[in-house]
Amino acid sequence: MSLTALMLLPLIGAVVVFALPAGRDLLAKQVALGFGLVVAVAAVVMGLGMDKSNGGLQYVEKYSWIPSFGISWGLGVDGISIVLIVMAAVMVPLVFIAGWNDVENAGRGTVKGFFSLMLLLEVFMIGVFAATDLFLFYVFFEAMLIPIYFLIGRFGGPQRAYAAMKFLLYSLVGGLFMLAALIGLYVVSARELGAGTFDYTALTQLHIDPATQKMLFLGFFFAFAVKAPMVPFHTWLPDAAAESTPGTATLLVGVLDKVGTFGMIHYLLPIFPDASKYFAPAIITLAVISIFYGALLAIGQSDMMRLVAFSSVSHFGFIVMGIFAFTSQGLSGSTLYMVNHGFSTGALFLVVGYLSSRRGSKNIADFGGVQKVAPIMAGVFLLAGLSSLALPGMSSFVSEFLVLVGTFSEYPQAANIATVGIVLAAFYILWMYQRTMTGEPSQEVSSTVNEISKRELVAIVPIIAIIIAFGLFPQGLLNIINPTTKQVQSTVQVVDPAPAVQGLASTEGSGS
Amino acid sequence: MTAALIGLPLLGATLLLLGGRRTNTWGHFLAVAMSASSFFVGVALYIQMLGRSAEERAVGQHLFDWIAVGTFNVPFGLHLDQLSMCFVLLITGVGTLIHIYSIGYMEHDPNRRRFFAYLNLFVAAMLLLVLADNYLLLYVGWEGVGLASYLLISFWQHKPSAAVAGKKAFIVNRVGDVGLSLAVMLMFTTLGTVTFQGVADAAGQGPSLKITLIGFALLLAACGKSAQFPLQSWLLDAMEGPTPVSALIHAATMVTAGVYLIIRAHAIFDLSQDARTAVVVIGAITLLLGAFIGTAKDDIKKGLAGSTMSQIGYMILAAGLGPVGYVFAIFHLLTHGLFKAGLFLGAGSVMHGMHDDVNMRHYGALRTSMKITYATFGLGFLAIIGIPPFAGFWSKDEIISAAFGQNYLVGLATLIGAGVTAFYMTRMMAMTFFGESRWEDGVHPHESSTVMTAPMMILAVGSVFGGLLLKFVGDIEAWLEPVTGVAHPTHPISAAVLIPVTLLVVASGAGYAWTKYAQRPVPVVAPTDVSILTRAARADAYGDAINEAVFMRPGLHLTRALTWFDAKGIDGTIGGVSAAIGGLSARARRLQNGYTRSYALTMLGGAALIAFVLLLARL
Repeated sequence: MSLTALMLLPLIGAVVVFALPAGRDLLAKQVALGFGLVVAVAAVVMGLGMDKSNGGLQYVEKYSWIPSFGISWGLGVDGISIVLIVMAAVMVPLVFIAGWNDVENAGRGTVKGFFSLMLLLEVFMIGVFAATDLFLFYVFFEAMLIPIYFLIGRFGGPQRAYAAMKFLLYSLVGGLFMLAALIGLYVVSARELGAGTFDYTALTQLHIDPATQKMLFLGFFFAFAVKAPMVPFHTWLPDAAAESTPGTATLLVGVLDKVGTFGMIHYLLPIFPDASKYFAPAIITLAVISIFYGALLAIGQSDMMRLVAFSSVSHFGFIVMGIFAFTSQGLSGSTLYMVNHGFSTGALFLVVGYLSSRRGSKNIADFGGVQKVAPIMAGVFLLAGLSSLALPGMSSFVSEFLVLVGTFSEYPQAANIATVGIVLAAFYILWMYQRTMTGEPSQEVSSTVNEISKRELVAIVPIIAIIIAFGLFPQGLLNIINPTTKQVQSTVQVVDPAPAVQGLASTEGSGS
Repeated sequence: MTAALIGLPLLGATLLLLGGRRTNTWGHFLAVAMSASSFFVGVALYIQMLGRSAEERAVGQHLFDWIAVGTFNVPFGLHLDQLSMCFVLLITGVGTLIHIYSIGYMEHDPNRRRFFAYLNLFVAAMLLLVLADNYLLLYVGWEGVGLASYLLISFWQHKPSAAVAGKKAFIVNRVGDVGLSLAVMLMFTTLGTVTFQGVADAAGQGPSLKITLIGFALLLAACGKSAQFPLQSWLLDAMEGPTPVSALIHAATMVTAGVYLIIRAHAIFDLSQDARTAVVVIGAITLLLGAFIGTAKDDIKKGLAGSTMSQIGYMILAAGLGPVGYVFAIFHLLTHGLFKAGLFLGAGSVMHGMHDDVNMRHYGALRTSMKITYATFGLGFLAIIGIPPFAGFWSKDEIISAAFGQNYLVGLATLIGAGVTAFYMTRMMAMTFFGESRWEDGVHPHESSTVMTAPMMILAVGSVFGGLLLKFVGDIEAWLEPVTGVAHPTHPISAAVLIPVTLLVVASGAGYAWTKYAQRPVPVVAPTDVSILTRAARADAYGDAINEAVFMRPGLHLTRALTWFDAKGIDGTIGGVSAAIGGLSARARRLQNGYTRSYALTMLGGAALIAFVLLLARL
């Protein structure tokens, strides 16, 4: 299985679904789900086939595309990109199942159009993580906007047109800065190598002078910070998440936003090591602000989708903080965080979707007492929430703790402050649970909110199983991620700080 | 074998939660069976352990590598030594009794199966807490019991007060967990390891400031879990949960986890006088504060909750005394686990007979209608106030003696605490079982069924003989010595003086309460013309009021301000700029049709065309 083939599968799926005759909605869904499942299995198989002793690019393909500009169709994955691709590929069919009845034919939005766009989005999601040519990355980075724009704009809530436009404008502005920096980087590479290149490996080996690095770094960083999203570039996210369907929100926040943090760890650090080090304290400060700002705003929300969106702003703060700590725990922890956050935020969005499709509202105030009428629903909601607040035993705890401990060894103050964020996370999650699930149900809640259906369980149970499984056995993922983060460290030329007391590592483990 | 201790109740919880309604009819029996089998495994392991010499009693079991990144290497490993063994037997033993009691207590609850699932989950998490061989895995058990506690406090979720109390317990505990997080991070960055053994080996070479900081961070964690000042406020609200939960989690086991943590990390505390002093001070404050709150409560469960805070204060204080106190902290923890669980189950039995009324002003004269409850509660009462030869006497007396060995002020605090304990417990006895009946209309007190009274009787036996057995048969001091180290106690006041003095103080406290609450009629409505002190005690010494004023209200204002700022400030600025641009381009706009989708289509078409041309050029 090659990465091109992995991208072709959903592309074919998108075309086939779109070409189906109008009115065959069920068939369109089934075909889309079939393609989604095949892609998921293929991605998992590729993930399992990774060589864990190699931190570099694998499954490499390269075909010349525009040779005059050194642009090629280059694909390849390392330990960081593969886990994100697998996460995305696993989420897509689950999102299909969860959102089976979320869209109907209305106006310009058709059921087959929705599922076709979702599959098209999957093509670009794989591409953006797998691209080894920076120009190709840029193309996918921008191309992703098209399906997402239509997914929000045609299938969302009452404010969808505004939200979609806002999302598009923010992303385009960010992309514009990246394009400028991209051209700059091309020029620099041409100057240094004789011929310009967009090749990832070649770019990581450049020796760019620090001043230029800083300029180019900022161009890329701005685009990634908008996408991630970091405070103060975040205001598009709550609107976009609140106005899209739960499935779209899941892929948008759970997968697409990871392109921002993925870009930081995969491009910024290796290509601009000096600038990364230079800006690290400032970015860590911004990340800590994001953690608190997102959490406090989450507490202040009255709409569940917006609450989850703001909690993600907080979580992305953790991810960015871990990346710019440059320690192996920080880098691996952040990568793991990206994967775990995809699953746990996805679970939350989907359950909120289940609730709002019943009650016709996402407002916290419109709920209450759900656990009395739909105890399994409440239980699933609580599990998703516990994952979001990083309960030990769940996968999110492992990544959050790795980020914290990885940051602590380089930036103890930042880690100290960020640790307090775990109290706020408990607050916004459990307060939301208390207001929506506990108490006596109102007349409206008892008459509309019925128990979770089998189909909905089929979508959510695998996610929760994954969350718990990787809480106990995170090493399965870490073994894939670690070699690559190690390589990133050596490219940036940083090493983990040594503990004050040394030479006792041999006492690790129990005495059995 | 060690893993089975945790695995059995975990399996029970999983089966009951996933099995759904199908398991409703027999679910509680499964839960009891799982808890009991875990207890029998524990007993078997205990007998095995007894068969080995003191140095070879601790055993480890490496299950798998849990997290390994760089030099951060955390095994999923278990460690069963003499200290964990004490807890294993307490958790599974008392736990099983409370499981059995709950069969009767929760008989008519529609969600009984879920209740038992959560109880099993708690037992599993608590066992993981005491069996983990490193601080990060301990953390999993630590928040696991917090989760079980949250679920069980808010078990009656339809009651808003219960839902709020559960959330409060979790969040206040999370404040403590910040301490545990920081401690683990400091251990790793300072000592390079987070295993118990590794930390103990390396601590001596660590910079003393860092060691002290680790100690403070661990103390913060202990304060959260063990409801010690200033994180005590959640425990009184936690009484919203069903009474068996209060007995198991909020008296006998979970709330004592802080004591376990400090003693488990004794290598850190041994090295830092400052950290030990902080522990003693926190313990002394809480033991007085909890006892003080206990004196004014009319709610029988809240009275006992104040008492729990206070008794754990004794344990924390003892743990802060260093090697001379570790053993007695655990000794008191064990005897307290027996008699306090018995007292809570007794309170539950009373409530059961009184239509779930918790107000002691509506009780009175119950000794005739609830004979078994009266007898078992009475034995627990004698144990907690420290009358020889009942269980509490042996352990508390040791703590008072060791405290005087440290510092007279600290000793005095423990002595005063003993007097106040005698006061509030006698008050509770008198208001509940003596005097005249003040029952509400339609209340006909009756003794509870055997399934409930049997565990109470067993725990009463423990309240009587627990101290004697642990001291003279189990020889707890020698038993724990390999874990806690050799102590060199100093006793500036000889036992011959201290014991009579202590008993005199206890007798005065008890006597004063007796004249006040047994010999005079108790008003059915709490009098309002009371002293400032009584008012303060009724308001839990204003713990909630302070939290409200210092954290909650400012936090809420900050959140509101930021929410406004986000919408009007950040988004407004960007929106304003775009509106301005929009105005300028209004004319240009007429040339266009204004549909972004057509722009996007044009873009896509253009991009496709360029790509096509480029491809053609290549061919």
